[in-house]
Amino acid sequence: MTILLFLAPASVVLGLGAVAAFVWSLRSGQYEDMAGGAERILIDDDDAPPQ
Amino acid sequence: MAVTLDATGTPDLGAFLRPEADGEASLDLLVTGARCAGCIAKIERAVGDLPGVSNARLNLSTGRLGVRLDSRRIDPVRVVTALQDLGYGATPYDPGAARVQHDREGRRLILALAVAGFGAMNAMMFSVPVWAGLFGQELGPATRTLMMWLSGVVGAPCAIYAGMPFFESAWRSLKARKANMDVPISIGVILTLLISFSETILQGRDAYFDAAVSLLFLLLIGRYLDHVLRARARSAAGDLLALQAPTATLIDDQGRERIVPLGDVRPGDRLRVRPGDRIPVDAVLEAGTGLLDNSLLTGESAPETVEAGRTCRAGAVNLSGLITVRAQARSEDSALAAIARLVEAGAQSRSRYVRLADRAASLYVPIVHATALATFLGGWALGLDLREALLRAVALLIITCPCALGLAVPAVQIVASGRLFRLGVLVKSGAALERLAEVDHVVFDKTGVLTEGRPALTGGDPALVARAAPLARASRHPLARALARAAGNGPVAAQVTEHAGLGVEGLIDGRRARLGRADFVGQAAAGSGETELWFAMEGEAPERLRFSDAVRADAADTVAALRRRGLRMEILSGDLPGAVEPVARAVGIDRWRAAQTPQDKAAAIDRLAAGGRRVLMVGDGLNDAAALSRAHAAIAPGSALEASQNAADLVLSGETLSPVAAAIDIARSARRRALENFGFAALYNLVAAPAAMLGFVNPFVAALAMSGSSLVVTLNALRVSRRR
Repeated sequence: MTILLFLAPASVVLGLGAVAAFVWSLRSGQYEDMAGGAERILIDDDDAPPQ
Repeated sequence: MAVTLDATGTPDLGAFLRPEADGEASLDLLVTGARCAGCIAKIERAVGDLPGVSNARLNLSTGRLGVRLDSRRIDPVRVVTALQDLGYGATPYDPGAARVQHDREGRRLILALAVAGFGAMNAMMFSVPVWAGLFGQELGPATRTLMMWLSGVVGAPCAIYAGMPFFESAWRSLKARKANMDVPISIGVILTLLISFSETILQGRDAYFDAAVSLLFLLLIGRYLDHVLRARARSAAGDLLALQAPTATLIDDQGRERIVPLGDVRPGDRLRVRPGDRIPVDAVLEAGTGLLDNSLLTGESAPETVEAGRTCRAGAVNLSGLITVRAQARSEDSALAAIARLVEAGAQSRSRYVRLADRAASLYVPIVHATALATFLGGWALGLDLREALLRAVALLIITCPCALGLAVPAVQIVASGRLFRLGVLVKSGAALERLAEVDHVVFDKTGVLTEGRPALTGGDPALVARAAPLARASRHPLARALARAAGNGPVAAQVTEHAGLGVEGLIDGRRARLGRADFVGQAAAGSGETELWFAMEGEAPERLRFSDAVRADAADTVAALRRRGLRMEILSGDLPGAVEPVARAVGIDRWRAAQTPQDKAAAIDRLAAGGRRVLMVGDGLNDAAALSRAHAAIAPGSALEASQNAADLVLSGETLSPVAAAIDIARSARRRALENFGFAALYNLVAAPAAMLGFVNPFVAALAMSGSSLVVTLNALRVSRRR
């Protein structure tokens, strides 16, 4: 059962990682335009030269 | 007001630029007409390729285009013209108003939601072994206590952080000596945490850390949905107003035109008002004569002729040619603002409305808390030990905690307002929907509600219309445009000159023709008071074209639909009886009153309310604003002035009246769903409460029951009327 001493904190750290990722995505404005992202993927910019 | 650019000079948009740290400036534009990926690519490429523009990004959800540019290298007007060349309308946002959009409360709620979600999942992960122990699996007391500690260490801080919005609201409500929904929630959560810690320390069996956090998680979803509803309506309403008239065209000392936000207009400024635009602030006409449409201010559909030196009131629409006025008052001191203050006074009566959920809470709170107390005292008296009696009382509080109440109503309302949004109805708040469902009497304003609110051709034989149309198509004057609309597409006159305040002159098939005021075509002005245009070909006698405000195409149908729903209707109009009566007959309403002042209208609403009727007011004018704010529920069309839109609960964004009936249907259906949800919650509590009192509830049962009931309530909410 001593493995719990490792697994329990590890799971909490993973969970905290998920919260941090969510907060980051919120702060970087990824939810500001939900409709735009779905449409932008259709923009055909193949003719633009690779940067 | 979309910025229109024509031969009269290039306006300066400098006032709309927001300076950025790196020396560049940003400009926010509301772009209308962008729908798809093609639009995004076209707009961003065209604007981004302009010299001096470093970045352009279009938000498709809000229609907002953010442009970063170097104002020394490019005139921001170039951005607007580039968009207009592509066929999109563009309106600059007031930088002050754009910043307000930053949504701090929503961000706080979603952070609390994220923390609660994390806490619920992780606390529950440690609770699962404890639950397994309940069913006779091997779990030593030491491991169980360790799991309970871990659950508490993760769950309790999350519960405290995520619970803050509820604790604060409960505290505010208690200070005001009232009990809202947040009081039992806060008491339940805090008590649960305390008991769970004491159980953990005493190496007991029941710890409810996961239940406390998941409860908050579910409630926060409800709270966030309610917030989204209000935020969405607020920003959509802001867009409607941005399209309307937040700007004025100022003429500076060199005679150049500058477009400025309304708030920047000072008394003494010279302002130019284009045909069809609104007078931005109270002002005096500088020269010539003007024809003003006061229908939004007084309800009168006949336009008023204004001589030089006379006052033009803010909000009136210019029906004559280009006019120049001198501002007399600042925007906030104008006649419009005076009415807005009247509205505020009326809005207090509506704030006394108690929302459904709070009414349910005021019943629910005393009952549940009394039962919990009785469980504790009764259990103790009947020989349970103190700890067991307390645990049963807390289990009762947890399992009856008003999840369903907290989630039920917002879930229903967000679904309902989403449906209404697609119909072109903006709902300002959830309370507005609840009030709308209760109305049994509808009061209509006439001008701009039952009628189009703009002149349409009514008199004049078709041959004459066809002959005059080529000149009308060349003019931007509202009456000429109404004539052009009636005539449809066709040839346009050549060599057209527009004489400000008089009319247009041009060549039709090589012959000189004039369209305009009576004296402009050589006819003695009769002063009949009617809205009219005269048309004359060279060497022929002038002929008359009459205009009046036409009844909306769907007005009669809407009235019939409302009557089928058992609503009584009447018309209160500021217009003259002769103008009201035919409209009342056309739409089929037999109770009408004309020549009503704003005070008369408000008093009429108060009388109806005193007689026990719940009144829905549908109005657009400034003269309706006081009545709108006094009525039980209020709807304003999107063309209404800011004051009226502020006073209304719902705003129609389209051009039609039919969404009124649909809105009432959806509001009633939402109310039914909410009441069903309450009924379900009551039923659930009738089963759960005795189970808790008898000690059948353990943390596992609590977790199952809570999430199960929330799921049922949410699924029921999705059933809000799907009819169009």
